[in-house]
Amino acid sequence: MSLARGRRTRHREILTEAGSMVLGAVLFVWSLLPVYNMLLIALDPEEGEIEFAGNLWPSEPSLDGFLETVTQEARYLEDFWSQFGNSVYIGLLTMVLTVLISSLTSFAVGRLRLGRGSLLTSAALLTYAIPAAFLIVPYYRIMHSYGLADSLWAVVAAQVTFATPFAILIMQLYARLIPLELDDVARIDGASALQVYLRIYLPLMAPALAVVAFYALLLAWNDYLYPAVLLSPRNMTVAVVQGQLFTDTDAPWNAMMAAAIIYVLPPLALLFALRRYVVASLTTVNSGI
Amino acid sequence: MPSGARRLHGPDFAWAIAFVVPYAVVVVAFAAYPIGYALWMASRPSLYADLVADRLYLTTVINTLFFVGLGVNLKMFLALLLSGFFMRRRRWIRALLPIFILPWALAAVQACISFHWMLIGEQGLVDGVLAALFGIDGPIWFNNRWLGLGSNIVAYIWKWLPFWTLIFLAARMTIPRRIYEAAVVDGATGLRSFIHVTFPLLANLYLLCTLLSTLWTLGEFTTVYLVSGGGPAGSTEVLATLGFRYAFDASKPALGVAAVMSALPVLIPIVILLMRRLQTSELQL
Repeated sequence: MSLARGRRTRHREILTEAGSMVLGAVLFVWSLLPVYNMLLIALDPEEGEIEFAGNLWPSEPSLDGFLETVTQEARYLEDFWSQFGNSVYIGLLTMVLTVLISSLTSFAVGRLRLGRGSLLTSAALLTYAIPAAFLIVPYYRIMHSYGLADSLWAVVAAQVTFATPFAILIMQLYARLIPLELDDVARIDGASALQVYLRIYLPLMAPALAVVAFYALLLAWNDYLYPAVLLSPRNMTVAVVQGQLFTDTDAPWNAMMAAAIIYVLPPLALLFALRRYVVASLTTVNSGI
Repeated sequence: MPSGARRLHGPDFAWAIAFVVPYAVVVVAFAAYPIGYALWMASRPSLYADLVADRLYLTTVINTLFFVGLGVNLKMFLALLLSGFFMRRRRWIRALLPIFILPWALAAVQACISFHWMLIGEQGLVDGVLAALFGIDGPIWFNNRWLGLGSNIVAYIWKWLPFWTLIFLAARMTIPRRIYEAAVVDGATGLRSFIHVTFPLLANLYLLCTLLSTLWTLGEFTTVYLVSGGGPAGSTEVLATLGFRYAFDASKPALGVAAVMSALPVLIPIVILLMRRLQTSELQL
């Protein structure tokens, strides 16, 4: 390699390195700016309009907002913990039911090779033909006719319905990694279908189950529309209360943002706990497509 | 998958049926029934005459096209490029990944509210930054249709870019290194290696993800409802939020359903294409 050419590659490497540093810095600011904004407002000591003063950093940081939220002293946050409980209830039930229903279905269709079972799972994707938000009016009416008006279960039913198709897709893709012969060997040893599901399928599918669980929880935790329409004010979730007040400049926004920060923590903790599984199953699912 | 290679019999068949019953119940009671109900509610032709007569509806359709067109394609393209950035083997890039993923794991309602207050005008953080860095007064973002629409799109991309980047990143990690090494021997590096090696291998996935994302973005409610709030004067509404306003603010539920169902001519071809694509990629779903 000639000297000039060597120098050129060297220049190029430095340029690439500098470019990726700039990109990294941009991504850092881009990702954290709205999060920083939440902190900035939450750490403001005063009630009222002062939270939005165009400050770039908290001039007198104070934890009053957090304190008033936790003790439920702030206006509009009198029922914070019971609303938080409702969010947790909906999130956990959605998570458990989605994992259960989608794993049973993909086991029956993929492993027991139920004839025409693929029809059922194709129908799953059809659920996405009409986005969830488009179905809110019929849902509202149907839940009344089911006797689920103002019930947390109505919201759970909706979230599970919209989470399962994608969950089944993920499971079907991931299950191709597990050789069918494993099931056959167990069957020859006299295991029933249920035993194969419990002892072989579920443990080997753990990474896919983790991803599906996180996906379902996030779906329920993130949603505004369904709980807002299907629940009455006494049964509200944290997300809905915050969403309904979002233009209210009189609300104590330091406490509201503190509540928001508390609300976003549980999914982050779950993602952190499941991070290995998430990476493992994302990679394998992709190699299937 | 060799279905039909073996017929299910006796207890196995019973188990298989028992296993799919919960899902079948969910599909019938909570998917098929509401969809049928929606189609029935939206079947009166006069509703569509009412829609076309409403000027807000036309504005909303145009907004939805912008929101979906830019929101999906910009996001997917950036995700594809950024997945390459995160493939670089540097410790600081690996440390940056969890921060980059944060928006995805953050609750959407709270994130959108933060966007709203960040852009609220001179009291907002963005205008504060603009004033500090460049000494200019930022605009009042939500007083202008295009700025409001743009804010919605940026917030939406902010929220969902990490998810799709992760998908592409995972796909890139499954491409064997020796393919790239062979490409380097053939003289393909940098951009050419991307065009001739990476992209062909990811093209199918890219198309699948774009289709799926189009479906999801068409139904996006939270971002528009909570960032611009549909304002000023309803000029940044999309179909999902307009349907909601008709149904619950104006008490015209049938008109609300008709407004969102008018997207069916776009939705159905996408779903058919998506199902075909999934089948050709030998995926028995």
